[in-house]
Amino acid sequence: MSTPILQVQDLQVTYYTDAGRAKALDNVSFTLNSGEKMGLVGESGSGKSTMALAMMRMIKPPGRIEGGKVIVDGTDLVTLSDGEMLKARLSKIAYIPQGAMNSLNPVMRIGAQMTDAIRAHDSSISNSAMTERCMQSLESVDLKREVFKMYPHELSGGMKQRVCIAIGILLKPKVIIADEPTSALDVVTQRQVMETINRIQKDLGCAVILIGHDMGLMAQSMDKVAVMYAGKLVEISTVRQMFTHPFHPYGQALIHSLPNLDNKGVLQGIPGLAPSLLRIPSGCAFHPRCSKATEKCMVVTPRLQQQPDGRFVSCLLYEEDKVTA
Amino acid sequence: MTTLAVNSPAAVLQPKRSTLVLRYLRRNKSLGFGLAILLFLTLFSITGHLVADVNKLAYPLAVKPKQPPNPLCVFDSTMKIGKNCFVLGTDFYGRDLFAVMAKGLGQTARIGLLAGVLGTLVGTLLGFTSAYFGGAIDTVIRGITEVLLPIPVFLIQVLIAGAIDKKSVTVDTMALIVVMLAWMGPTRVIRSQVLSMRERMFVNVAKLSGMSNLEIIFKEIMPNLLPFLGSALVGQVFGAIFASFGLAVFGLGPLREPLIGNTVYFAQYQASFFNGWWWWPLWPSMALILIFGALTLIMVGLDEIANPRVRRSE
Amino acid sequence: MYLVRRVLFLLFVIWVTSTIIFFIPRISPRNPIRERLAELSRSTGYAPKDLEKIVQAYNQKFGLDKPLAQQYAEYMGSVLRGDLGPSLNQYPKTVWELILEALPWTIGLLISTTLISFVLGNMLGALTAWPKSPRWVKGLMAPMMMLQGVPPYLLGLLLIFFVAFRAKLLPMGGAYEIGTRVSFTAQFIFDVLRHQLLPGLALVLSSVAFWALGMRGMGITIQGEDYVNFAEHKGLGAMVIFRDYYVRNALLPQVTGLALAFGQVIVSGVLVEQLFGLPGLGGLLGKAITANDYFVIFGIAFFIIISVTVLMLLVDIVYPLLDPRIRIDSK
Repeated sequence: MSTPILQVQDLQVTYYTDAGRAKALDNVSFTLNSGEKMGLVGESGSGKSTMALAMMRMIKPPGRIEGGKVIVDGTDLVTLSDGEMLKARLSKIAYIPQGAMNSLNPVMRIGAQMTDAIRAHDSSISNSAMTERCMQSLESVDLKREVFKMYPHELSGGMKQRVCIAIGILLKPKVIIADEPTSALDVVTQRQVMETINRIQKDLGCAVILIGHDMGLMAQSMDKVAVMYAGKLVEISTVRQMFTHPFHPYGQALIHSLPNLDNKGVLQGIPGLAPSLLRIPSGCAFHPRCSKATEKCMVVTPRLQQQPDGRFVSCLLYEEDKVTA
Repeated sequence: MTTLAVNSPAAVLQPKRSTLVLRYLRRNKSLGFGLAILLFLTLFSITGHLVADVNKLAYPLAVKPKQPPNPLCVFDSTMKIGKNCFVLGTDFYGRDLFAVMAKGLGQTARIGLLAGVLGTLVGTLLGFTSAYFGGAIDTVIRGITEVLLPIPVFLIQVLIAGAIDKKSVTVDTMALIVVMLAWMGPTRVIRSQVLSMRERMFVNVAKLSGMSNLEIIFKEIMPNLLPFLGSALVGQVFGAIFASFGLAVFGLGPLREPLIGNTVYFAQYQASFFNGWWWWPLWPSMALILIFGALTLIMVGLDEIANPRVRRSE
Repeated sequence: MYLVRRVLFLLFVIWVTSTIIFFIPRISPRNPIRERLAELSRSTGYAPKDLEKIVQAYNQKFGLDKPLAQQYAEYMGSVLRGDLGPSLNQYPKTVWELILEALPWTIGLLISTTLISFVLGNMLGALTAWPKSPRWVKGLMAPMMMLQGVPPYLLGLLLIFFVAFRAKLLPMGGAYEIGTRVSFTAQFIFDVLRHQLLPGLALVLSSVAFWALGMRGMGITIQGEDYVNFAEHKGLGAMVIFRDYYVRNALLPQVTGLALAFGQVIVSGVLVEQLFGLPGLGGLLGKAITANDYFVIFGIAFFIIISVTVLMLLVDIVYPLLDPRIRIDSK
């Protein structure tokens, strides 16, 4: 294994709302090696998108990054000046947006929206070199060169999403965060876009974080899966470990809620509601919904700990090194 | 990304309604400020009506008043008017400007409210019919509003007012002239709002549950239209006062009345600045600026209620 | 195809308006000729005994004794040929002559103030809605809100009081110093500009606020758009995002509003001209209305409605150049 390209350490984000402080990200830590693909799953409001925004340093008031590090390729993004952070976006860490339908400026040609990104990072590059790079980028996501001269409204949803990916890889970033890149697309296009992301990732050798709800998609194309709950990572394991034998009770519930061929038609949800970030339950945040919760779970907050098989779990069941299933 | 938990109703003490309104006005500053200005002007006018004989003092006087024009004023032994008699001064025609302002504010409010309410009523009715029933009615109403929209309405209002015999112009005819061509705005707004609402779920649900057209209109659509209606009404009042002011400045108002616009017109007509009577046009101008400013602020504030998206801008 | 439909619609608007402005003054009980003669006899002290006969004669001369429908048909015919008729009050001058005399003043004042306030207002509006603007810029919003509602006429009145009457910095009215001759010398032009400053300012102040508020509303909507967010993710500088992503999109509806607002601008302009005693269309219209001078009233109103519709058409033509989405739709 190579050295990690991305290290997130104790990242904390708080939103200061009228109704109180909401800890949207609570001491989140994980590492990712270059070439690795990690899926990030969790219910709506669990802090997935906040994590993506925090890593891009795009948290806006009333939210604030309270502490922690985001080290990409040896540089801690959190300590960079604002100007340096602008340069780091797209060149070190790139973001592919959720709503690709509206993520392109309707009154600018695709080409102009690609070149302005390059120009922002490299003011000395010649126009022809810049155009060539954009064209290559478009071709590498299976788009025609003509797209360069087109307007967003002339493209289909899948094509727009590809353009966003093409913009994301313009400067060959070390880490790509894709925020539900397939959510608004039909199933066939979803598949094609995922294949494109996979290929791009291989070509660039970068690390990819894919945020999404679709466990099937995760199983097919990710290496690792990280599960978020109430602003915390509760389990990080390989796809195989996650899908065959999840440790954390929430992870287990997630996997069991998936439809499979054995128990056709019996869909199991997870009882209860995701907690409000304004009033996170004491102890383990999952304890009110957990079938295995003990009294201790209401008091003691579990920490994310590495297990003997290499995965990370944050659950009191596994804290005394007693690995019981 | 935060989900707000629902408070249990028992835990929250429900404050009094008036406290709630005040608290809301403190947050919606433009609405509160605008209402405060209007309140001030209303109180001023009422006070004026109470303490002074406005129906006499606001009109040109043939003879010197025999009684003090207001309580501040005390006649001395020689029956001469003392210093405090005319707080805002008098004008070329010998009118007490304090009384003129008090009476004029009332008349201006009358024009604004009359034309505003009428215009909103007509506009709402047309907009509603147009959007809710659609078809030929919609085509006709929409066609008329669209043709009238680009025309500078004020021009036509000026023509109408100019065509009427001067002697027969009263405060109320003025309001009618103004409202005649001013219902298109509300018609358009209400029409588009009803159209979008008609497509929304709750109306469909109501239809499926067998409510009649009228029931749907009054029980389902009307309550949701209220902020827009309020905003349209204030807009109409604003437009009416604006237009009547424009007409008055052209000398087309009910000239004998101490309408605020008329006061400005007469001050200009008598070249008050050249003659050094600077206070004469100043009071009515300030009153009008306060009126227009207050109405604009209220419109902005109502917009905040109708479009929550504008709300959090800071 | 779209443009053809649009032109037909605007022609229809022009026809409807001219019909309205033709009939309103004519069904009035007032008779401009009798009023003019009465005024003449008042000022000269000479009252002709056969006043009614003279009125009759003039009525005949201008064709005012014919049935309304016939007058309408004949007059509309002559308007189509470009003849707006004579002025009843300032005969033998024609309506065109009067309009052409007044026009340069009005055009100069209105076009310059509209352009200045459109540019300035949109800039201010965009800045006040932009989250990264300094605090004092956002603070400009409160006075803007108040200003937006105040008619330029009143602002003009206050400007006259404070700047001209009290501080004596600028003239209180008129187009140029009384006694100077109209010429194209630098001195005369400077004098004219000095006289235009206050009316111009009165017009600019309130419309700057109008555009600023409109732009602010649009700006707040645009900020929530995904493409502005994505632009930030791309690492673009604040200036580039502001210019290319935010202002360019927020400005589009403002451009459409320009044509409609122009009608309002003309009205305000007319009133302000009246206030400052400028020799533009406003003064002319004021006089014509006082005298119920049918032909001049029609001429000015007709002229205004033509300029508004032409401007609307212009915006229709220019808009697709600014918004690529429209071009496709209209094909």
